[in-house]
Amino acid sequence: MSTVELDASPSTGAPRGAAQAAPRGHRLRLGDPIFRVLATACGLALAVAMFGLAGVLVYNSWPAISGLGTSVLTTVAWSPVDHQYGALAALAGTFLSTLVAMVIAVPLALVIALLLVELVHPAVARVVGTAIEMLAAIPSIIFGMVGIFVIVPFIQDKLVPWLLSTPLGSLPGIKPGAQFQGGGVSIFTAGVVLAFMVLPYITAVSRDVLKMVPQVTKEAGYGMGSTTWEVMHKISLRYANSGIVGAVFIGLGRALGETMAVAFLIGSLFTSLPHSLFDPGTSIASLIALTFSEATDKIQVSALIELGLILFLITVVFQILAQAWLRRVQRSTGGRA
Amino acid sequence: MVGTAVDEPTQMQSSATVIPPRLEVAEDRRGAGEDFAALPTEISVRKLDFFYGKEQALFGNHIEIKKNRVTAVIGPSGCGKSTHIRAYNRIFNLYRDQKAKGEILFDGANVLSSQIDLLDLRRRIGMIFQKPSPFPMTVFDNVAYGLRQHYRLSRSDLSNRIEDALKRSAIWDEVKDKLHQPGNALSGGQQQRLCIARAIAAEPDVLLMDEPCSAIDPVATAKIEELILTLKSKYTIVLVTHNMQQAARVSDYTAFFFQGRIVEFGPTTKIFSNPAEKQTEEYITGRFG
Repeated sequence: MSTVELDASPSTGAPRGAAQAAPRGHRLRLGDPIFRVLATACGLALAVAMFGLAGVLVYNSWPAISGLGTSVLTTVAWSPVDHQYGALAALAGTFLSTLVAMVIAVPLALVIALLLVELVHPAVARVVGTAIEMLAAIPSIIFGMVGIFVIVPFIQDKLVPWLLSTPLGSLPGIKPGAQFQGGGVSIFTAGVVLAFMVLPYITAVSRDVLKMVPQVTKEAGYGMGSTTWEVMHKISLRYANSGIVGAVFIGLGRALGETMAVAFLIGSLFTSLPHSLFDPGTSIASLIALTFSEATDKIQVSALIELGLILFLITVVFQILAQAWLRRVQRSTGGRA
Repeated sequence: MVGTAVDEPTQMQSSATVIPPRLEVAEDRRGAGEDFAALPTEISVRKLDFFYGKEQALFGNHIEIKKNRVTAVIGPSGCGKSTHIRAYNRIFNLYRDQKAKGEILFDGANVLSSQIDLLDLRRRIGMIFQKPSPFPMTVFDNVAYGLRQHYRLSRSDLSNRIEDALKRSAIWDEVKDKLHQPGNALSGGQQQRLCIARAIAAEPDVLLMDEPCSAIDPVATAKIEELILTLKSKYTIVLVTHNMQQAARVSDYTAFFFQGRIVEFGPTTKIFSNPAEKQTEEYITGRFG
């Protein structure tokens, strides 16, 4: 439109400017709106997928939500034979195994990431970094099997007897129930294997974030007479904190939803709350996976979908909490420059 | 003779480039007319060679940095200015392939010896970098950083010292209501003065400034130059600069570096008005560099 005006008044305007403006204007006018429409469509598709997913879950679990009411959230046992559709045992197993996984994986991942970025020779960092990334490519069923053959015997024969011989053994939540086989197949074992599964994700993202700490900021830290440790925990970790929280939440999401390895190791006890970390239990994801194909009753299928909805909501809530926390941290420290 | 001659090259330069407003120049500040040999020496560099891997970057540098004076280090890009001062606090030790040989005597000890306490050395020789580098924490915590690290202080002593350091860095009035806001929310020039406050709070003897004004605007540059002039009563300052007007404005002594060698070192008045070496003259008159 403006090119027309420029052309209409060649005597007043600069003809050179008008001649240049015309071809450029045509390109921009076609390119930008097309790109904008495409980008908006892609963005909307994401939102539609997200809300569609929630909608489908709510729609299909509606029979259970309306038929069973809040009893799903207050009943412990999942026992379709007795018409009990309780999520509490599965929720407890999910939270406890994830907690164990994160307690092990987060410090380990941060130490490895700091090691790779700050301490070891770049060539070593490359090799170790690649190895850690390959860990992420291993299918979860293999983690489950290695867990059965290696971790379960170790925990049952070595760790639990040792724990019980120390004062730690008398703490609540340690001694496995007498009716179970010595703690090998347990929530704790599932958590340990989960830790190895989420470790590469947390490590790789933390490493990338720590690499982005400007060299001059680190040099300024050393220039103030700081040790490597002080620079790492007072400067690098603070600078990278938002990214690291992101990394932790990637791991957390993975741990909450992991199905196969957990189904192998957690013991699939659907009917009671664990009294110890070394008791067997179940998680939401493995409960759904193991019982869905046998679910014949309509209300049972619907209740399983409701469990899925609960898992979905848990991850969304964690995500929202993480974002809120990050905003607070960034306000007080300035976050990234 | 000295007082008038020194202004000439400065003004010649100013017509060619955009420079910050000229500062008032004190007569006593040009390193002229004082007995260099009689002044107490803060750092004495002898036969300093520096290597990046196998490539040698500095060749037999020899220089005396005098106490409570501003020593400017000038020269074209890549001539080894920064490399030279990065040897003083051994910050180059962070990189595996960098090595220094020779002697840097500071307080009776060779900085390059393996026996030196690096952490205390770096407290005593503070460094300001080209790019403002506030830590990811509040203004208060930034200045408290070195204090907390090197001293045991009561809460009130800590905040007094922080206020004092910020005042001496001429930034207190601008940040006194923002002490608990993030350091990197300040403007670039303020961030650089915050970094100076952070360095001087730790009570150093020497401040190394590696092109402290190259990333900030002219007004902020003028403030920092003014600050350098007040700080030298308490600290010894080594200023690496690309900006020859800046060297002429604030320094007492100037060293001209070229290709890793110190071509000429002397009172700033002399370097800028009557350099002994042809290369120095060509550089300061803008014929190369």
